[in-house]
Amino acid sequence: MGDNGNEAIKTVSLVRHYRLGRSVIPAVDGVSLAAKRGEFIALLGASGSGKSTLLNLIAGLDRPDAGEIVVDGQDLASMDSRQLAQYRRHTVGMVFQSFNLVPNMTLYENVELPMRFAETPRRDRKSRALEALRRVGLSDRMHHRPSEMSGGEQQRAALARALVNEPKILLADEPTGNLDSKTGTEIMDLIRELNRTLQMTVVMVTHEKPLAERYAGRLIFLGDGKLLSETENNKLGAAR
Amino acid sequence: MVELAGRNLREAGLRNSLTTLGIGVGVASLVAMLSLGIGLQQFFNRQLGRSGLFDSIFVTQRQEFRGSRPQPADLTPPKPLDDSARKAFEGITGVDEVYPYFSAVGEFRLEGSKPDESHFSIVGGLPPSARGSEAFDDFQGEFYSGDNVAEVIILADFGRLLLNLPPEPANSDAKLTPEQVKQLLGKNLVFRYAQRSAETAAPAPAAAGDAAATDSSGFNIVRKDQNLRIMGVVNSEPYRGLRQGRTSVLLPNAFAEGLNMIQPGDVRSLIRPGQGGKVYSSIVVRVTKSKKVPEVEDQIKKLGYNAFSIVDASRNLTLAFTFLDLFLGIFGSLALAVASLGIVNTLVMAILERRREIGIMKALGASDGDVKWIFFVEAGSMGVLGGGLGVALGWLIGRVINFGTNVYMHRHDLRSQDFWYVPLWLILGALAFSVLVSWVAGMYPASRAAKLDPVEALRHD
Repeated sequence: MGDNGNEAIKTVSLVRHYRLGRSVIPAVDGVSLAAKRGEFIALLGASGSGKSTLLNLIAGLDRPDAGEIVVDGQDLASMDSRQLAQYRRHTVGMVFQSFNLVPNMTLYENVELPMRFAETPRRDRKSRALEALRRVGLSDRMHHRPSEMSGGEQQRAALARALVNEPKILLADEPTGNLDSKTGTEIMDLIRELNRTLQMTVVMVTHEKPLAERYAGRLIFLGDGKLLSETENNKLGAAR
Repeated sequence: MVELAGRNLREAGLRNSLTTLGIGVGVASLVAMLSLGIGLQQFFNRQLGRSGLFDSIFVTQRQEFRGSRPQPADLTPPKPLDDSARKAFEGITGVDEVYPYFSAVGEFRLEGSKPDESHFSIVGGLPPSARGSEAFDDFQGEFYSGDNVAEVIILADFGRLLLNLPPEPANSDAKLTPEQVKQLLGKNLVFRYAQRSAETAAPAPAAAGDAAATDSSGFNIVRKDQNLRIMGVVNSEPYRGLRQGRTSVLLPNAFAEGLNMIQPGDVRSLIRPGQGGKVYSSIVVRVTKSKKVPEVEDQIKKLGYNAFSIVDASRNLTLAFTFLDLFLGIFGSLALAVASLGIVNTLVMAILERRREIGIMKALGASDGDVKWIFFVEAGSMGVLGGGLGVALGWLIGRVINFGTNVYMHRHDLRSQDFWYVPLWLILGALAFSVLVSWVAGMYPASRAAKLDPVEALRHD
């Protein structure tokens, strides 16, 4: 599979097409890329460029029509749905633009939810959920429901939930898209801290180039489902 | 998953409660219908059992009557239905009671009344077990103080005759008033009957080759009077199905036997060579359980006697009730089937509402099986709760109908009865059936929820 041991994500000629009536839309069209462990990558592009589809493929939420996708040494294209669920539980954590917290659950319950699917023992669930909430600074809001929280707090809770099963890769789909710039910066700082302290690989989808330049080590540009270019972010060192 | 399912059920509390109530009504209808069927079956079995018909075998001597056909030359004499036969029957496993069937005609009058105030009636014997007969449900007076006492129980219509009251042709089982019964209880009844005397009759003049020349068996018939104390009055005849004609005067069986009343079989025993001894016209064999009737009946037949029971009629009755229960069950299940559509509807609605939530769960690592299991638990929970509610509701409906029926019966001067019975197996069966139906109903929604594309589901608003 070409995993040299330091490669967290690798796609080779990855293809994902959607049918819309009689026409076929190439959402991801022959994308080949690789991400090292602990790397922070930003996927950039206009709406419909295929960046979210690529992220969903890496997340194991979607299946490619062709090509190869290997994450943490696991060939996702060959997995069945049960194996993919297992993969999503343990290998990746996701945050979304619209937070995607379960509205009728408290923050604590939302954070505990992935551990239920991972069949983590009850006694461990509590300590790990509390630790994840503490890490994102929400220990005192754990019994609140999402509707009682600000957008930034909800995204922090979503981050805590993404981290709770200790994934190796964090996938963030427009994580600041619904936040004001100050809150967005707070969230991005938190993600960067996780990337640095836990050596967690981060793949972030965004259409904000300045944001990507501020946090990501590498920028990958997509257009019409194709990989247009990828550049090392030289500005990052200056930002640090 | 169970906790998640429980949470989901609580979240849409009203809708899920109404669906559960629907299942409850369905199960209640099933329980109500079946418990009515079972209750009626038990009621009939109880009544028939108490009639003495279903645990009794009627034994007669073989070749008792051959009509006008000529007797075959090599006719083997039938085994006499005598005391040794009676003892043999008593020795059969499963036999509870063996007693001879008595039926004779006698003349009766109240002691102290004029001789022209006498009445003819058929007189019969009652075994001690007759006390459990349904006829004694509204019995007035006391049962015999022993099995060999000069006491008598009479039918109400015979009591009416003794008191010179007008007959009630429309209802022969019409009750006497307590005052009328009081006039009879404790009174002596003078019973005149024909007795088979133990004395051997003088042989008839013998002709050459006449069988009687070598067979001196025979008996005299003597008119006897016997005082009998009236102990009680029954409105209907106990073990009516066992008798021919209306037996209005009933003696304790052992006492009746001791009176040596002339029986129809006596004439036959007089005619048949070698049967001059005491022979019963028929013997009743009561078994401990009606299930044992065929087995005991076979053994009696093997001993060389005719045996008859109406166990086949009982089998047909059971079959009829099985069909009745089946049809009632099908009708009862219809409501449950309708309720199961409610489950499908509720869960399909839940999928639409929780589409995004399902997407989130899948993104967090829930497998298709996890999602399916959550919906199954929800359906099963509604089944268990609805089943429990339905059983309670069905039981309550049963009690109310039973109560209402008994009020109606009471107003019509009929005795209270239980037409309703909810056995444990019905409770457990209804619960299991409810859960099963709920699971079947939940299969489609659960499968649909499990197959949701997480990407599509996450896009859903």
